[in-house]
Amino acid sequence: MKVLMFGWEFPPHISGGLGTASYGLTRGMYTIGGIDILFVVPKAYGDEDQNIARVIGAGDVIVKQHLYTFSKLNKQMNYFQVESKVVPYVDPEDFWKLKKKEVSADRWYVQTDEQGKIKFSGKYGADLLEEIRKYALVASVIARENEFDVIHAHDWLAYPAGIAAKAVSGKPLVIHVHATDFDRSRGNVNPEVYAIEKQGMDVADKIIAVSNLTRNIIIEKYRIPQEKVITVHNAVDPVTTDQRNFEKGQLGDKIVTFLGRITMQKGPEYFVEAASRVLQRMDQVRFVMAGSGDMMQKMIALAAAKGIMNRFHFTGFLKGDEVYRMLHLSDVYVMPSVSEPFGISPLEALQSSVPVIISHQSGVAEILTHALKINFWDIDAMSDSIYALLNYPALTKMFTKYGKEEVNRLKWENAAQKVREIYLSLVSN
Amino acid sequence: MRNLCLYFQIHQPFRLRRYRFFDIWNNHYYYDDYLNESIMQRVSARSYLPTNRILHELLKESGNGFKLTISISGLAIDQFRRYAPEVLESFQELAALPGVEFLSETYAHSLASLGHTDEFIRQVKAHEQVMDEVFNVKPQVFRNTELIYSDEIGAVISGMGYKGMITEGAKHILGWKSPDFLYCNSINPRLKVLLKNFKLSDDIAFRFSNKGWVEWPLTAEKYAGWLQNLPEKEEVVGIFMDYETFGEHQWEETGIFDFLKAFPGAVRQETDFQFSTPSEIMQKLQPVSEISVPWPISWADKEKDLSAWLGNELQDEAFKKLYGLEEKVTGIDDPDIQRDWNYLQASDHFYYMCTKFFSDGEVHSYFNPYDSPYDAFINYMNVLSDFELRVKSLVTEPAPDSETVKLTKVLKEKEELIAKYEKELKRTRMALARTKKRGTATSSQSITRTTKKNVSGKSPGKKKTSSK
Repeated sequence: MKVLMFGWEFPPHISGGLGTASYGLTRGMYTIGGIDILFVVPKAYGDEDQNIARVIGAGDVIVKQHLYTFSKLNKQMNYFQVESKVVPYVDPEDFWKLKKKEVSADRWYVQTDEQGKIKFSGKYGADLLEEIRKYALVASVIARENEFDVIHAHDWLAYPAGIAAKAVSGKPLVIHVHATDFDRSRGNVNPEVYAIEKQGMDVADKIIAVSNLTRNIIIEKYRIPQEKVITVHNAVDPVTTDQRNFEKGQLGDKIVTFLGRITMQKGPEYFVEAASRVLQRMDQVRFVMAGSGDMMQKMIALAAAKGIMNRFHFTGFLKGDEVYRMLHLSDVYVMPSVSEPFGISPLEALQSSVPVIISHQSGVAEILTHALKINFWDIDAMSDSIYALLNYPALTKMFTKYGKEEVNRLKWENAAQKVREIYLSLVSN
Repeated sequence: MRNLCLYFQIHQPFRLRRYRFFDIWNNHYYYDDYLNESIMQRVSARSYLPTNRILHELLKESGNGFKLTISISGLAIDQFRRYAPEVLESFQELAALPGVEFLSETYAHSLASLGHTDEFIRQVKAHEQVMDEVFNVKPQVFRNTELIYSDEIGAVISGMGYKGMITEGAKHILGWKSPDFLYCNSINPRLKVLLKNFKLSDDIAFRFSNKGWVEWPLTAEKYAGWLQNLPEKEEVVGIFMDYETFGEHQWEETGIFDFLKAFPGAVRQETDFQFSTPSEIMQKLQPVSEISVPWPISWADKEKDLSAWLGNELQDEAFKKLYGLEEKVTGIDDPDIQRDWNYLQASDHFYYMCTKFFSDGEVHSYFNPYDSPYDAFINYMNVLSDFELRVKSLVTEPAPDSETVKLTKVLKEKEELIAKYEKELKRTRMALARTKKRGTATSSQSITRTTKKNVSGKSPGKKKTSSK
C-alpha cells in the first residue's frame, strides 16, 4: 500500500512533539512493513530569483526529489521539499513575529535550506494562511504526479494540502490531529484557524486523534460524528545508552523539575504555587523551571514575590542532551499542563527513572497508570504529590519499577498497526 | 444429619478524609464523617435493616431449625453507635434469639495477627469486651480479619482459650482434600478448624445476580439440590460471606431477599442438612485430620493469600511504619490516641493501596474512596506522619543513663554469644549422635586409614578403599 503523507518536520530538523510523533509513526510503519510512504516536508526552498510562487502557479514541478536512506532499516523513502515559510505550532500572530525576527536572524531559512544557498530579501508579502494555501497547491501537483492509495495529513497546517490532494486524486484522506486550536489558545480560538481545522475534519474520511481528550474536543467543539474519530495514542522511542549515562547530582537537595515551554498552555504558574507550598513545610529541596517562553518573565516575578527564589531556578531553553541531563538530576517531574493533547515528555522522564506528576488534562494521563495524576488547577493535590514523592520512598520505588516497564511496553509499531487498520478500512471500501 | 453453617461478616472501616501534607501537625482529625455516615446510612437502609428483619422472622419461626452465625468488627460497632444506633439495636434483638452465635475477631479488623502478636491479643480481648458489653455473649470460636489463618495464628488463638477458628477452604492448602470436613490446627490439635466452601459461598455472594452465569437464576431449591448432591460422607458445609451480600452487593431487585427467605425451608425439605453453628459443630464432630498452613491464607481474591493487603512497596512501607509505633502507643493512656491507633490499623487502608487493582479492579474499587493506590498511600502516609508526631510528643523518652546503656549493651552481646554457642553445641551433638548410629568402629577405622594415607603419600588404590 502506498501512502502520501503530509508532515511538517522530519529529523534532525525538529522543533517539537509533532516532528517526533510523525517520525515515530513513520518508522513504526516501516517496521511492521507493507506500507510505502511518500513523506512531504515543507521547507522554505530559497531561490535567488524569488520565482517560487510563480512556478507552483504554473503547475511546474518546482519540487526537487531527494532520496533519503533509512540507515537502520535500509529502506528508501522519498521526500519532497516544498517551498514554504511556515513552521509548526504557530498562529498568525506568532508567524508575523517570527518573520520580523527573521529579517535580522535568518535562522529559520538556514535551518530549512538543504544547500545553504538561500538569499533572503526580507520581502514577506504572504501571510501564514496564504502560505498554507500555497502548500496545498503544491500538494495537488504532487498528487497528480504520484500514485498512492491513501493520503495522511499531520496537523492543521497540512490539512489544506491533504484536501487538495484528495480533490485531485479522489483517494481517501486521513487527518491526524496532534493538537487543536483549543489546546493552544486555552479556548480563545482564532476563527480562521478553526475554519481550516473544521474543513479538514469535515473533508477527511477518518480522523486520528492522539488521545481521547483530543477526540472529545473534535467531537464536541468541531461537531464531528464520533464514529469518524479514532484515538491512536503516541508512543516513545527507547532511550539510547549514551543518554542514560549521566551522573547524578552531587547536591544533597532533592530536585523537582518543570520542563517545557513556559507558556499559558503548560500551566507554569501552578508549578510555582505548588513549589511555594512545599517549601513552607520542608527544605532540602529545589525547584527547577527548565525552558523558555512568553510567560518566563512573569514566572520569575511570581517566584520572587513568593520569596522562594533562593530555591527556585530558571535554566532557560535546554538543547539536546541537556534535557536528559536535567531529567537525570531530577527526583520529581511535574507536567501541570492546562491542555495537552498528548505530552510525550513524561514518558521520557519515566525512561530516566524519574517519577512523574501529570495533569488529568493531558492525553498521556490516559495511558499511564504508574503516575500521579492531578487536575492542573489543584495546587493542593500537586504540592501534596510532590511532598509525598520526596518523603515516602516507597512511591519512587514503585514508579521506577513499574513506570519504566509500562513505558517500555508502549511501541510505535502498535500505533502504526492501528493506523494501518484504518488505511485498510478505507481502501477496501 | 449433615451440618450446614451459615456465617455472615459485618465490618465498616473509618475511611480517611483528604489529608494533605500541610495538615500534618495542624489538624489531628482524620476521618471523612460525611462519607462514613452516608455509606453507613445507605448500607443500613439497603442491607442491615431489611436483612435483619428477615433473619428475625426466620429465627422466630418455630420448627424450621434455622441457625445463624455472625461476627461484627469493633469498628463497625463504633460506626453503628455513632451513625445508626437503630441497626445496633436490631442486632441486639437478633442476639437475644436462640440459634444465633457470635464469633470473636480483632476489634480493629486489623492485620495485627501477621507478626504483631501482643497487639493482636490486645485487640481480640478488646473485641471480647465489646461483645460482652453490647450483646452479652462470650464467643467460643474465633474468625480473624478476612479469614486470615496460619498454623501460628491458630496456636495463638488456641492459647487464648478458644475452641476453634474458621477460615477459607483454600485450594492450594487442601489439595485433594475436601473443605467439607472438620480439621484441626497442626501445632495445637485441640483447636478445631472449620473451612469455607468457597464454591457454594461464592455462588451466592458473587454470582447470584450474574445473568451470564449458566445457573442464573439461582433459586433456593436449586441450591438445596446442590447441597444434597454433595458426597454423603461430607459432614459439614461452611457458607461464609459478607453480610452486605444481602441488599448491597446483591441488590434487592435481584431477588436476593426472596432467596434468603426461601432458603431454610428448601434446606429442610430437599436435604438431609441441618443448620448448625461453629461451636455446635466443633462439639459434635471429630476432626478428620490436621491441616497444615505454614503461610497465611485468607478469603480474598483468586489468590486466597495476603496479596490484597501486603506485598507491594506501598503496603509494606505503610505497614512497617504503622507497627513501628506499636511499642510507644501501648504506653499512652489517651483515648484519642487509642481510638486513632485502632482505626488506622483497619485492613481496608492497605486494601486501597493494592496495585492488583490495576488488573483485577472490580472488587477492590468497591467502597474505595481513592482514585488510585498511589492516592491512597499518600493520604494514609500523611495521616500516619501526623499520628507519629502526636505519639512522639506524648512519649517522654527516658533520658538514657550512660551506665545502664553500657550494661544493656554488654548484656545483649553476651546473650548473642550464648545463643551462638548453644547453636554450635546443638549441631555438634547432633553430628555426634549421627556418627554413633553408624557405628563407632568403622568411623574410627576410616579415620586411621586416612591419616595413614596422608602420611604415606597419595595412592589412588588406597584412596578407593578408604572411601568405601
